[in-house]
Amino acid sequence: MNPTVARLTLRGLLGRRRGALLLVVPALLLLVSALASGSSGNEHDLTVKILGQLGLGTLVPILGLVVGTGVIATEIDDGSIVYLLAKPLPRWQIVTTKLAVAIGTTWVFAAVPTLLAGLLLYGTKDGVALGYTVATLIAGAAYSALFLLLGVVTRHAVVAGLGYALVWESLVGNFVAGARTLSVQQWGRSVAEAVAGDAAIGADVSFGVAVPLLLVVTVAATVLASVKLAGLTLAGEE
Amino acid sequence: MPPETRPADTGVIHDIGYRGYAGPRLGRAYATRSLFTQSLRAAYGLGRSGKSKVLPMLVLGVLTVPAVIMVAIALATHRSELPLDYPRYLSAFGLIVSIFLASQAPVLLSRDLRYHTVPLYFSRPITRGDYVRAKFAAMVSAQFLLMAVPLLVLYIGALLGRLDFGHNTGHFLFGLVTALLYALVPTSVALVIAAATPRRGFGVAGIMGYLAISTVVVAILTRIGTGIELTVPDSAQWAALLSPNDLVESLTNQLFDVGGGGDRLHAPGAFGVAVFIAAVIAMVSGSYGLLLRRYSSV
Repeated sequence: MNPTVARLTLRGLLGRRRGALLLVVPALLLLVSALASGSSGNEHDLTVKILGQLGLGTLVPILGLVVGTGVIATEIDDGSIVYLLAKPLPRWQIVTTKLAVAIGTTWVFAAVPTLLAGLLLYGTKDGVALGYTVATLIAGAAYSALFLLLGVVTRHAVVAGLGYALVWESLVGNFVAGARTLSVQQWGRSVAEAVAGDAAIGADVSFGVAVPLLLVVTVAATVLASVKLAGLTLAGEE
Repeated sequence: MPPETRPADTGVIHDIGYRGYAGPRLGRAYATRSLFTQSLRAAYGLGRSGKSKVLPMLVLGVLTVPAVIMVAIALATHRSELPLDYPRYLSAFGLIVSIFLASQAPVLLSRDLRYHTVPLYFSRPITRGDYVRAKFAAMVSAQFLLMAVPLLVLYIGALLGRLDFGHNTGHFLFGLVTALLYALVPTSVALVIAAATPRRGFGVAGIMGYLAISTVVVAILTRIGTGIELTVPDSAQWAALLSPNDLVESLTNQLFDVGGGGDRLHAPGAFGVAVFIAAVIAMVSGSYGLLLRRYSSV
């Protein structure tokens, strides 16, 4: 961790109007929850749909994508990363600092509202709110690391990330059960299931598979990002 | 040669006169058309590097291959109908079309903003309105072509397999109208988002974020409106107005009477159809107005 890099990254991420735009995510989650809590429908079903499909399935990957690529890909894109790389700082420290900022931002903008929305919708019953919050925390961190790596590796990080999150996890995962084994969302759910119980949240991947995969992906993504950043070539846009 | 022995300077400046171009000029319309063609080609990565062709061609492939497979299945099993109706095919693959839109709309707009080439365009005869018109038309055409190809595959396959000609022609035309609506409504909103940021990444994330999140929000609001009932009541169908993709799906489902099941999205009744058509017009013209305003000062 380097406090100066962290401060500058945070300012680049949330400065000007960008922070306000990111606020749309928690605002939307809370607004929909408020609407749903006044409805007559099946409470559990609605909670699962809002926290699972909207929160964990859509908002968290998109937020992770914007934040994960936002902390580093924008700087690589406009070339200002060279001023940072020219400083006597180990490259891995730049990566870990930016990753910490990305994870922190994802947690504040996704996990906190998930907890609030869960409490608003379903109270503390069955640990549903806790389960989805844990899943959001885990998935948010893994997404941040993965999309930060994409930001270093390719100039088309956002498209690649969207392809993974929406096509692979949502579309392919819906039809092909095996695809869910390689899904960050399912790993997050699996850990949450272990914490909050399977009455709260269901997962398709067993805990023993999810944890090693999570650790491997997060650590490998961070290491690979450091290695790639150590030999970064600034390419022009084709 | 040493300097002192050099002969006196004999250089002269000849006045050959300045000649302005007096030949025929191709004019504004030609420039606008060129911008349109160039943008349409750019949307598919034609005339650009191999890397920028990958995604558009991949999307086109992913969208067309299932159509080929469906035709093959229908022919092999001697069915009297295609497995998916033409308009339903487009709704089923809406996500893929959205990905094309999200990735290519910023290619058309953000890059010009980022490298400050927009003022260069405006130093030519074309006006700001022409620029917006050309880019808008190019993106709409690109989207329409993308969806027309699989429909055409289905149609030709159906005709070759001697399925009912009248039914297939009618529904193929329904499909084309649906494709046009899908090419107009989400695209116009996406172009406004793409024009708002010079960074391609933010544009892509913004467009896809809006399209994906609004679809999920519509699904949840519909569920809230449904309550404990089994089929979605008409009162809950209004939620579709929030999402461009669902708006088109609801409208065409009702207009062409396609789709089925309890969770079928449809515009509620004749009044609903009128409101949904009004929403389509408002969304497209409103976005076009916003684009014109965006480029009134660049």
